[in-house]
Amino acid sequence: MAADNEFEDAGMPGATPANGPGGHGATAIRSSAAHMFTDVAHEPGASKPDPILVATGVTRTFGGLTAVDVDHVEIQRGAITALIGPNGAGKTTFFNLLTGFDKPDSGNWSFRGNDLARVPAYKVARMGMVRTFQLTKVLSKLTVIENMRTGATGQSGERLLKAMFPFLWRSQEEANTRKADELLERFLLIKKREDFAGSLSGGQRKLLEMARALMADPELVMLDEPMAGVNPALKQSLLGHVKSLRDEGRTVLFVEHDMDMVRDISDWVVVMAQGRIIAEGPPHSVMSDPRVIDAYLGAHHDVALDLTEDTILAEAEHELAAQRDEEPKGNHHA
Amino acid sequence: MDFGSILTTTVQQAFGPLAIVYCLAAIGLNVHFGYTGLLNFGQAGFMAVGGYAMASAVATWGLSLWAGIAIGIVLAAVLALLLGIPTLRLRADYLAIVTIAAAEIIRQTAGSVTLLDWFGGQDGLNSFVGDFRELNPYDSAISLGSVTWSPNDFWVMTVGWILVALCCLIVWALMRSPWGRVLKAIREDEDAVRSLGKNVYAYKMQSLVIGGIFGAFAGYIYGLSKAAVIPTDYATDTTFFAYTILLLGGAARVFGPVVGALIFWGLINFLDAFFRQAAANDVIPQAIMDQNQAGLMRFIVLGLALMLLMIFRPQGIFGDRRELAIDGR
Amino acid sequence: MHTRFMQVAAVTGALLVALMTLLLGVGAAPAQAAEQPAACQFEPNDDPEIHLKGCLRDQREDPPAPVPGVSVSVLDAEGETIADVETNESGVFDVALPGEPLSNLGKDFTIRIDEDTLPEGSDLRNPEQVELTVNFDTTSDQTVTFPIGDALPEAAGKFTRGIQLAVGGLVFSVCLAMAALGLSMIFGTTGLTNFAHGELVTFGALVAWGIDLLPGSITVFGTNITVVVGVVVAFIAGGLFGYLNDRALWRPLRIRGTGVIAMMIVSIGLSIFLRSVYQYIAGGSNHNYSQYSASTPWEIGPLLVTPRDMIVVVAGLVILVAVSLLIQTTRMGKATRAVADNPGLAASSGINVQRVIALVWTVGVALAAMSGALLGVTQGFDFQIGFKLLLLIFAAVVLGGLGTIWGAMIGAFVIGIFVEVSTLFVPAELKYVGALAVLIIVLLIRPQGLLGRAQRIG
Repeated sequence: MAADNEFEDAGMPGATPANGPGGHGATAIRSSAAHMFTDVAHEPGASKPDPILVATGVTRTFGGLTAVDVDHVEIQRGAITALIGPNGAGKTTFFNLLTGFDKPDSGNWSFRGNDLARVPAYKVARMGMVRTFQLTKVLSKLTVIENMRTGATGQSGERLLKAMFPFLWRSQEEANTRKADELLERFLLIKKREDFAGSLSGGQRKLLEMARALMADPELVMLDEPMAGVNPALKQSLLGHVKSLRDEGRTVLFVEHDMDMVRDISDWVVVMAQGRIIAEGPPHSVMSDPRVIDAYLGAHHDVALDLTEDTILAEAEHELAAQRDEEPKGNHHA
Repeated sequence: MDFGSILTTTVQQAFGPLAIVYCLAAIGLNVHFGYTGLLNFGQAGFMAVGGYAMASAVATWGLSLWAGIAIGIVLAAVLALLLGIPTLRLRADYLAIVTIAAAEIIRQTAGSVTLLDWFGGQDGLNSFVGDFRELNPYDSAISLGSVTWSPNDFWVMTVGWILVALCCLIVWALMRSPWGRVLKAIREDEDAVRSLGKNVYAYKMQSLVIGGIFGAFAGYIYGLSKAAVIPTDYATDTTFFAYTILLLGGAARVFGPVVGALIFWGLINFLDAFFRQAAANDVIPQAIMDQNQAGLMRFIVLGLALMLLMIFRPQGIFGDRRELAIDGR
Repeated sequence: MHTRFMQVAAVTGALLVALMTLLLGVGAAPAQAAEQPAACQFEPNDDPEIHLKGCLRDQREDPPAPVPGVSVSVLDAEGETIADVETNESGVFDVALPGEPLSNLGKDFTIRIDEDTLPEGSDLRNPEQVELTVNFDTTSDQTVTFPIGDALPEAAGKFTRGIQLAVGGLVFSVCLAMAALGLSMIFGTTGLTNFAHGELVTFGALVAWGIDLLPGSITVFGTNITVVVGVVVAFIAGGLFGYLNDRALWRPLRIRGTGVIAMMIVSIGLSIFLRSVYQYIAGGSNHNYSQYSASTPWEIGPLLVTPRDMIVVVAGLVILVAVSLLIQTTRMGKATRAVADNPGLAASSGINVQRVIALVWTVGVALAAMSGALLGVTQGFDFQIGFKLLLLIFAAVVLGGLGTIWGAMIGAFVIGIFVEVSTLFVPAELKYVGALAVLIIVLLIRPQGLLGRAQRIG
């Protein structure tokens, strides 16, 4: 039912000026923040002129398996940084650690100079570092506008004692609603304002999640696979929105598998493999880095050797993950 | 078969004190389960804490009834904290198991011979309602049509329904606020809410405390209406009945528990009266159903009803399927 | 695919029947003789005073013989002697407490035996129990008994009593473990927290009772094995019932994608429904099987073990080991574990998930039903025997780690033995409270249970 809407929306972003011309591909590298990286070494753990996020010695093991083992990484303020790597490289786990959704075995990291290690997820978000999820987490039984309002931080009406008395929070609520409506306009969801979020298509959910994250005015937006499960027609629109985040002065860190997107919009690329950071650099040079090719090819070799089983496994896991997404509280059911 | 008397009993009970007890318990569960998605299976424990605090304050420690009520509220909140601290970070079914176990611990401890001097063992406590009955403005039975309530019952009903109205008002006011929105968001996806900078744990805890206090209110009305608190009244089934009510009326709806309680308790008593009469008048032969078995028919129907309701109409009788709090399909 | 499973199952079943018959043959014979114990002959009275009565019998005789002429003193809470009496020719003493019945309510009275007046060669079986303290919480008469016979060696040491209780706990644990294993298997494969699992336990007790109620008795080589047959039928009927449960209710719900919480509430409805139906059929009272009798215990060192309990423990352990072996070794068992581990993956590697789940329901409920029948053998049953057990089953499963097979069994043994042994330190009426408290504490410290894995988040 939502597929029609998706196409309809997908046609529109070209009309919004923020997105610029629709052309993409390797030739159309945007370089608005590239100048920040002119003096940065193309090597893992390179120091940046103005890092917003600095992580050192972060490790996380599951049983005997080391999922994340990052020596040092810095994320440049005001740029779009991509975090890439083959499947199972630990990108999402690293993301979860940075945002407080998982606890590390060791390590420290700071955001805007404030120590963040072992700070609970909600405090991380309040400090201005808001994330989205690989499997979109919209609040299905709430309307789109209520989803947006939930995104605003510092609401006095969210305190139990004030909640009972609307006059204490009504004006703030109205301001939040105005802001939400502006964002919905910008993310082309205004027509869906009163619909339940559960009725949106996959791409619209991604948009809603991004818009909702912006309600908190984050300085750093962390996007976990923003393109996963989005139909190709809507991708351009999403790309434009990510770029517009940088254009309004925010920092973006995103995990992505879609290499076109990485090439197209990122100013800097960090490559992970087997939990470690193996390379850093601007998109064009990092993609030709032999270490990166090795990492990817190595992973691809495995797939080629045992294609059937691995494909089945990946498919099954994807299916499961989708199921789990539909049912956040639940366990598996066959 | 005297259908007149069956219907009279049904109406009398549907609005009677026990319907109020279950209604208040279900309002508490509505906050827990309907709005926040917390599976509290120990509502009977909160009721017991309320009932026993009120009764033992008067009967054992010689305090006033009002002091007992105040203590009950505090203790219900403490119980919520005790249960919530270990479990609210864990999976939903852990809370279910811990709360159901805690309620049983409370019931068995209160009913034990070891604490006989405090809580009266299996016989429970009585002689604590004096202060309450002194305030009773009614001095003769109250009749509406052919339905009659005793002055004591009607006094409990007056206070009880006012309490229900107040609780509904509180729930309504809270759930239309940004605070209530966060609760509903937690029910949908707590990680998403965490990523938006809300302290999910604290909200769940607040929800557990508020719903638990409503449970204690149910315990008060239970004690006051029977003029006794008895451990068997706070068994696990009491919680299950409250869940049935919540689902019947529709979870995450302010008046869901009220509608559910009226229907549930009316239906239970209708079935009871109907089968008892049918068995007594040999409409159903004695060999198939005696009086004791007739009394069981209501629970058989109730169990079936709960299953069918959950399977075919999880949003409740008047609920909106799109707003359904739980994924029933 | 099934062949090996069926073979192992058939052999196990046959072994089980043979074993139980054998043990019953040993145990039942002396049990017959002790069936009519000579009851103490108390004289009825109608006076308003509360009477404190007691009875001294020599347990070495069969039926036990009264012991006359023993001096007995009754003391009040302050230690003042209220009365000194001697037992009459029926071995009975009877003291009317002075004062208003109500004034004695809640007071303690102590009854003391003068050991020197016991007949030559007789001792209290429990030498430490020279006196008994009685608390009056009712206004009706109270009776006490002092078994006389050879003094039981070391019968009083706390350690010995602990062991004795642990043996009792073992019997209970075996039943608990079977029920817990069933619940854990079903939870593992379907994610269902089944609140109706207790009713599946009761189902077994009822089926065995139904067999027992059939006219006549089933004998093999002169040994009455009606109850054995009852337990075996309960096991089989339980399996059928489990299959039906899944086929008629849970499978359709799974197929339409019903959420786990919704299913949990459906199981609550099922629990209320079944429990009420059971009560409809069996009434509210406690029942014992016809062969339930206090058979003479075997004395193993300082311990007393009844043959009946031995049968239950051995039969239960055989079944538990057999099922674990089936799960560990057979193809179907491996498929079961695969489904429990990851149903999507199992399905995509060609395992028929619905069939595995049907099998798990069959085996799981067969276990639960047998657990109920064995519980009925050891302690009698009523319509809510399983419901009362449900929380302990949960406790066992959570303690071991939700969904793990070994965990459920280990949890059951820890909980079952803990429940009994804890009566050394807490009043018996609070023993379940202790176990439930353990459950909560475990969740606090190690939520994944003893054997569970910590879950990966995110």
